Amino acid sequence: MMVQCKFSAIKGILPHEWITRFVFGGAVCVFAGLMSKWFGAEIGGLFLAFPAIFPAGACLVEAHERRHKARAGFDGTQRGHIVAGIDAAGAAMGCVGLAGFALICRVCLPHMSALAVFALATPAWFVLSMGVWWLRKSRVFRRRRKRGSSTHAFRPS
Amino acid sequence: MTEYILRFLIGGAVVSLFAVLAEMLRPKSFAGLFSAAPSIALATIGITIARHGVSYAAIESRSMIFGAVGFFVYATACSWLLMRKRVRALTATAALLPVWLGVSFGLLWAWSLQR
Repeated sequence: MMVQCKFSAIKGILPHEWITRFVFGGAVCVFAGLMSKWFGAEIGGLFLAFPAIFPAGACLVEAHERRHKARAGFDGTQRGHIVAGIDAAGAAMGCVGLAGFALICRVCLPHMSALAVFALATPAWFVLSMGVWWLRKSRVFRRRRKRGSSTHAFRPS
Repeated sequence: MTEYILRFLIGGAVVSLFAVLAEMLRPKSFAGLFSAAPSIALATIGITIARHGVSYAAIESRSMIFGAVGFFVYATACSWLLMRKRVRALTATAALLPVWLGVSFGLLWAWSLQR
């Protein structure tokens, strides 16, 4: 399946949605810092993998789908739930990359410069996440899904 | 105080950037990958290194692995709830946040017991 990038989708983002994302993202980063200050690095580190974008993103994706269907004269409630569910399945696959990013930081930070670690860990996150996504979309898994339930959580969009 | 203002501004910008990327990309399962981007880590690890040193950031990174496993369980549960039970996204994502907390802290606790 081809991955598409629709720049026109930016126009559909409402001003309050930009503000929600910015404020929520900033607040989570401050919260992670405060947790680290109050309870130490071990507990503070957990919040580096806090689902920061995901809850707001899933709600906005659901709202966008509902609005999109409503414009065509349909009730998009069900469609909104399903698309948000697909987005969540993608986030779960992305977590493999997130764990890889953290592992590289853990192993390399004491031996390399921070910039070099980021330059290594960020592409690793992307490659790992894409790899899991591609595997999930591949024919091998599609055949397995046919034998199982048709409403699997990782059903492709 | 300056550290927290910096965290807020950089964090807000990085999270917004990844959110916009997720908005532009299709199919949605691929865009979902960006919902689990290391946005908080990218925004704050640099500040942590400058303030507390590399070894402190390395300890945070180890805990981040447990947080990522918690996120995986949380996102999978959200996906199941949204697709099978057809609940609202806000309800599912808010109600299941204790799953992330439970799994992350549980793994950290199990790790600390082993040492």
